[in-house]
Amino acid sequence: MSEGYARSMQGGLGGRAGWLAVVGLLLLGAGITLLPFVWLICAAFKKNEDFFVSMFLPPGDGFLGVGWDRLTFEHMVNLTTKLGLARAALNSIFLSSVTAVVATLLCAMAGYALARLRFKGSGLVSAFVVAMVAIPWPLLLAPGYRVLYQMGLLDTFTGLILPAVAPAFGVFLFRQATRSSVPTAMIEAARVDGCGEIMIFFRIALPMVRPMIGAFMLVTFLGMWNNFIGPQVVLQSPDKFPLAVAVAQLRGVYYQEYGLLMAGTLLAIVPVLGLFLMLQREFISGLTSGAVKG
Amino acid sequence: MNAALRGRSAIAPWVLVAPFVVLTGVFVLWPLGQSVLMAFQQTFGPGHARWVGLDNFRAIFADPMFFTALKNTAVYTLGSVLIQMPLALMLALALNRPDIRGRAWFRLIFFAPSLVGVVFVAMMFALLFEKRTGMLNVLLHAITKHTPAPWNLDFPWLENFVMSALIVASLWQWVGFNMVYFLAALQNVPKDQIEAATVDGAGPIARFLAVTWPAIRPVAGFVVLLSIVGSFQLFELPYIMLNSSAGPENRGLTLVLYLFQTGFGVGDLGYASAIGWLLAIMLLTLAGLQRLIGGRREGDVG
Repeated sequence: MSEGYARSMQGGLGGRAGWLAVVGLLLLGAGITLLPFVWLICAAFKKNEDFFVSMFLPPGDGFLGVGWDRLTFEHMVNLTTKLGLARAALNSIFLSSVTAVVATLLCAMAGYALARLRFKGSGLVSAFVVAMVAIPWPLLLAPGYRVLYQMGLLDTFTGLILPAVAPAFGVFLFRQATRSSVPTAMIEAARVDGCGEIMIFFRIALPMVRPMIGAFMLVTFLGMWNNFIGPQVVLQSPDKFPLAVAVAQLRGVYYQEYGLLMAGTLLAIVPVLGLFLMLQREFISGLTSGAVKG
Repeated sequence: MNAALRGRSAIAPWVLVAPFVVLTGVFVLWPLGQSVLMAFQQTFGPGHARWVGLDNFRAIFADPMFFTALKNTAVYTLGSVLIQMPLALMLALALNRPDIRGRAWFRLIFFAPSLVGVVFVAMMFALLFEKRTGMLNVLLHAITKHTPAPWNLDFPWLENFVMSALIVASLWQWVGFNMVYFLAALQNVPKDQIEAATVDGAGPIARFLAVTWPAIRPVAGFVVLLSIVGSFQLFELPYIMLNSSAGPENRGLTLVLYLFQTGFGVGDLGYASAIGWLLAIMLLTLAGLQRLIGGRREGDVG
């Protein structure tokens, strides 16, 4: 970054005062963004009556003037032992992992073929991919439900996973990734050495699009983890519900058990935020790759 | 040898694309075809249907609920785009200054809410907006406690200000996500032109309009379109926040919520499909318009 540019940016909003205003704005924004998280964490461990006493932690004579002894793990215990949230968490982990792995593999395969292999009908499939991305999901909600009914896949994990493992935008992303990071010369060389086309994909192309694999797996994992409408429509047995549906259903039954509801919500978002803290770069590049590469 | 290779590679590509093609055929194209037929059917659950011709569309255009849903959706879309886009751009411009410390931390914080599922955001904000125990009312009350007019702890956000509550919740969730797009776009702003403009004595606003804005305009158009499309498909936020209802006097009824209610509450998947098609046509028209406008402007510049 050149000196002149830095200076011109600093001059952007009137020197020192401008800098202070910008920092103030950012701190305020960050504070407002974090506030609901802080509130959620406090609420998840608060007894119901303490909601009327304090906004965050209940006051008391403990460390920092907080009544630590008034906090409780009761909600977490109830959720996991009596209310089936442990089962729902397992369902979520299973659904999201399987979807992420299979979708990534299938999209990488199709994306590679469309980017680097010539075959009859490839133009048609490519047009397909672009057209599919434009379909709004609510349009497929009612007919998709009827199709699953006709196939006898309602109330099964299969009925939830199969429609989710071949997203057109994934094929699109892997086609772009293959074009930019798998050189044709490498493929040619492997062919000359007698490597089969499928082996070329697994041995040469797949390792070269590794950054996209990581990012896309995270995005599909997250998509299934946070998916509500799909399982809500497809699944009927409560023991099959993932967290998104199980937690939402708590609100219908225990709508005034604030602590319980927030404990369930916290339980459902902690794994995702934890993953994000570990793998920020992959997350951000994966979630926003649509625009940059498009 | 070449011929042998070609012979082999004629099958291999299809092995690689077949899973995608088959699954898309079964779970996208088949339902898509069905949705065309279903728009002209009345159904009673997924198993029973009868043909009704154009009745669904006639009924929709005479259905006050549909227009309520359309109006609410439009209000929500306008509200969230008009508030969120300028804020996201401002945050991005602020974070793009080289003299700000901890930019990675700020980006992390602003981006985090977009990872939380809409269902969970809805759960949180439903309780944040609660009357006596919700954070917002308690906070406003605490701030105004010693003024002549302290905030009413029973202020009914979710009854009287459904749309504002939805807009605030989605602002919290998506502003950082959009900011990341703008931040990426700002990396394309030609630095030498900024310098030249500064040397010429252009102020920050003039520099923004002359150099920065033209450079980020295509991404801005894309982000706005993405945000409009997303807003038009709003469902979980009102559905969860309003406890599986549409709120008092249907103030929280959105198009997709209405589609869901008719299809899965009433059981008329045909009516729901017809609503789905109207929604799809609106979105495709918007996307087409955006392309048209975006294309023309780019032509002017070039």
